[in-house]
Amino acid sequence: MIAILKYNAGNIKSVQNALTRLGCSSLITDDRTEILNAEKVIFPGVGEASSAMRYLRERGLDKVISSITQPVLGICLGLQLMCTSSQEGNTTCLGIFDTEVKLFPSTEKVPHMGWNTLLDVQGRLFRNINEHSDVYYVHSYYAEPCAHTVALCDYSISFSAALQKGNFFATQFHPEKSAGVGEMILKNFLEL
Amino acid sequence: MLKKRIIPCLDIKEGRTVKGINFGSIKDAGDPVELAKTYVEHDADELVFLDITATIEERKTLIDLVERIAREINIPFTVGGGINTVQDVDRLIKAGADKISINSSAVKRPNLIKEIAQQYGSQCVVVAIDAKWHQDTWNVFIHGGTTPTPYGVLSWAKQVEQLGAGEILLTSMNQDGTKAGFALELVQQVADEVNIPVIASGGAGVKSHFKDVFEKTGATAALAASIFHYGEVSIPDLKKYLVTHNVAVRTSKPNMI
Repeated sequence: MIAILKYNAGNIKSVQNALTRLGCSSLITDDRTEILNAEKVIFPGVGEASSAMRYLRERGLDKVISSITQPVLGICLGLQLMCTSSQEGNTTCLGIFDTEVKLFPSTEKVPHMGWNTLLDVQGRLFRNINEHSDVYYVHSYYAEPCAHTVALCDYSISFSAALQKGNFFATQFHPEKSAGVGEMILKNFLEL
Repeated sequence: MLKKRIIPCLDIKEGRTVKGINFGSIKDAGDPVELAKTYVEHDADELVFLDITATIEERKTLIDLVERIAREINIPFTVGGGINTVQDVDRLIKAGADKISINSSAVKRPNLIKEIAQQYGSQCVVVAIDAKWHQDTWNVFIHGGTTPTPYGVLSWAKQVEQLGAGEILLTSMNQDGTKAGFALELVQQVADEVNIPVIASGGAGVKSHFKDVFEKTGATAALAASIFHYGEVSIPDLKKYLVTHNVAVRTSKPNMI
């Protein structure tokens, strides 16, 4: 059973639909025991960083996430909340990945919305994925490249398309909305 | 590199696609889900479903449909038509829509944009603007282009951005249905005016129209309906053409085109 973390963010149902299409059963939950007993955990999200962090802290979910030892996949806002801090609402985040989340400069249109190229992909999440595959993004803030970066993307600047540290994985793009490439990435995560 | 998006638009009435569809391979062209799946296979980058039904019973059918689309489709999709309140948005987002599109209701009550953006994030708010050349300027029209409003297109575009829209779907009513090409000057002006993505709509007839709109304006996406539905322009063919003309687009199956 895969646990999908329930919190005040959108896009959760889309993740569940994508898992169902891959033949995988999942549970949307904010229950500590269910999360810690799940085979894997997905931390999805589209939303605003400070209100999402507040919601997680009020329910003690911040500590639960950091203590998970099974594979975890953060998606979009999930990735950003796993970094040290976010400029969005001046938010202190979970600090799993040692990098900061910043607002895109306005030299390009913001949000960064649409299909963009994966660069310098590494690690098990990207098994069978061709470099230069396109995946779907929609975000205004980005994680700076760091030691945990396992894929890059360019949009006026180079940012982390994906991060990994031990059992914690995260993608800035939406694998659940990235057609066949996204399905393969989700499948790779499920097969870890 | 961020790719230019190609977006087919499907008109929906009572849960079925409205316009005549000419896809030889498809079993039930009236079923929006079947049609959407075909477009996904053809490398459409996103889909827009525009509900043109009026009654409350038919709106319930739409929610069921959105749930089915969300289960079956693995690319982003927008749902528009008849959205007047945050509650309408809530039902659609919970059913699985990635974005919602509002038009007349935003003109009547601009704060609706802000309310939706605050609750669900700007990324899910598409404001559709129907522009018509009227008395020597581009004006905003509502109710399918029949009713003029006091808004100029540029100032309205700026205002919706400030209120929290994440994207603008800009349709030129003068070009719509003509197949004579997009309203390049209008698209360029709006794309220059705002810093959010602009989807160009209205007037696409042939492949070169897409090249023109991407080369000559700041549009990041282009939308069309009948030319895709009738097979006059196929999306794989269009993308192949754009690639040869150095327009960056996504092609997931380069060997299959």
